[in-house]
Amino acid sequence: MERNIRTIVARTYVRVVGGFREPSWLIWDTILPMLSLSAYIYVYKVMNAPREFTGFVILGGAMIAFWLNVLWSMAAQLYWEKETGNLEPFLIAPISRMAMLMGMAIGGIFNTTIRALGIVAAGILVFQVEFLVGDPFAALIIFALTMIALYSLGMVFASLFLMYGREAWHTSHLLQEPIYFLSGFYFPVKFLPFWLQVAASAIPVTFGMDAIRRILILGEGFQDVSIHVIVLAAFSVILFLMARWALRYMEQMGRREGRLTLRWQ
Amino acid sequence: MEYSVESRNVSRTFKKGKNEGIEGTVRALDDVSIKIRSGELFGLLGPNGAGKTTLIKIFCTLLLPSKGSAYVGGHDVVKDADSVRRIINMISGGETPGYGILTVNENLWFFSQLYGMRGDIAKGRIKELLEAVGLADQGNTRMNRLSSGMKQRLNVARGFMNDPEVLFLDEPTLGLDVISAKQIRGYIRKWVNTQPQKTVLLTTHYMAEADELCDRVGIIHAGRVVACDTPSNLKDMMKNKTVFQFKVAGESDFTRLNSIKGVVGLSWTHHIESDLSTLKVVLADQAAAPEVESALRQPGSKILSLETPEPTLEDVFIHLVGKGLE
Repeated sequence: MERNIRTIVARTYVRVVGGFREPSWLIWDTILPMLSLSAYIYVYKVMNAPREFTGFVILGGAMIAFWLNVLWSMAAQLYWEKETGNLEPFLIAPISRMAMLMGMAIGGIFNTTIRALGIVAAGILVFQVEFLVGDPFAALIIFALTMIALYSLGMVFASLFLMYGREAWHTSHLLQEPIYFLSGFYFPVKFLPFWLQVAASAIPVTFGMDAIRRILILGEGFQDVSIHVIVLAAFSVILFLMARWALRYMEQMGRREGRLTLRWQ
Repeated sequence: MEYSVESRNVSRTFKKGKNEGIEGTVRALDDVSIKIRSGELFGLLGPNGAGKTTLIKIFCTLLLPSKGSAYVGGHDVVKDADSVRRIINMISGGETPGYGILTVNENLWFFSQLYGMRGDIAKGRIKELLEAVGLADQGNTRMNRLSSGMKQRLNVARGFMNDPEVLFLDEPTLGLDVISAKQIRGYIRKWVNTQPQKTVLLTTHYMAEADELCDRVGIIHAGRVVACDTPSNLKDMMKNKTVFQFKVAGESDFTRLNSIKGVVGLSWTHHIESDLSTLKVVLADQAAAPEVESALRQPGSKILSLETPEPTLEDVFIHLVGKGLE
């Protein structure tokens, strides 16, 4: 247990320190996303959409930062560790593979939260977004559960990248845009046809997005998002267990087939 | 006796894929059985593709054997991989694991945490190891600013970080300059000498390295261990053989010499710029020597020198396999 905790701390350190030693990303990762968010906001203004839609888009932009971090940074991490020669030392160390990925996840959440707060701050400054925080405690719970579910999903993807390497890039490409659409990053999912709403409910970030908007923009409370909390908690448990199983299965398959540390596959 | 590292009839095959142009399997290891005692520095000597890295990966739990079983510290590498991982480490030559954005000290601290090392203990260990590998003044340098030789020395330091009971060294001096390689070899030898319970399995294709460092050497070729003994006993196999070393100008291919009766094996290196070849011929019988000499005297080529050096491990390899390590 102590070894795994130390591993989590050490891997988090790498992510966080790495982020601060090359801080230029904070500017580009705030300014550039604001360009596409601004386009949506101006479209809504032209359409005379309700004022809260501006806040919806800003929060969606903040959540996209986490989705992209999960899809490209978290998911591909073991692949990059392999390419840089770090994977073998990790795999021969007496540590849980989940501990390694949890360290990456916590570091990723930390750095991305700074990025997300930057987007929200830019949104407040440029577009005067108003937040009616209904229940801060509920907001924290929803945020925490969404992160656990999202980054557990990232760990599942990480196991795919471990085995399939560059082929898994295509899976990430495939998921990026549909998730933008179905999760309601730019508009509430309730405006989609019913069958698409059903499909969207299979994605944890859809529930997190909707709940965060209700609490922070519409001023709703814990009672109004209790179903979201239950669903996100269930997603968190299921995806965490899936990640654990997938990592073990992929690692065993990699050891059997000789592909675990094979590069450029 | 329980051995520190042991393989019992280990075989490993890999499937070739359709997009590699060849279907079927490649047999990387074929019925390999070796036993390494605690405190031994064992060398596995063979050319590229012989199966050395495959065997090390099996011992390090990165690869499953297709057949047979392997044990490290008495633990089965398949059924009890976690117990194996607690007592081992591995250094692969040519690899430079770590994070470029972190300093040397931070990188070593990171790897120490994978073994649950307390901060104060890790700090002392890092200082000791950096001195041993000649990086004492680079502790606060970011890894991405080190030369490739320094990165490899950092990798060596990383491998000793957890003071493993069994250390696997896969061509640890590959790509290092002569002085750095000598320094690393010196540290390895000292580590084993001062800690009699530590075991090292070293793979290399440098005969001199195996000869200098190893208590025993296993010679591996095409996935099979063809001989296993101390370097001096292996060289004793050559006492009834003769080794001739020629320097020949104007010729680069000596394959035809294999058809001469009495030639056990040969190996050569050709220097393109000078058009000179250094040819080693192992003879079962000195009587074949004139015929070899005569075969080398052909239009366009000239014998510049002839020596009969003391047998080396390469000569043992040539005798056993028929050709050199290169």
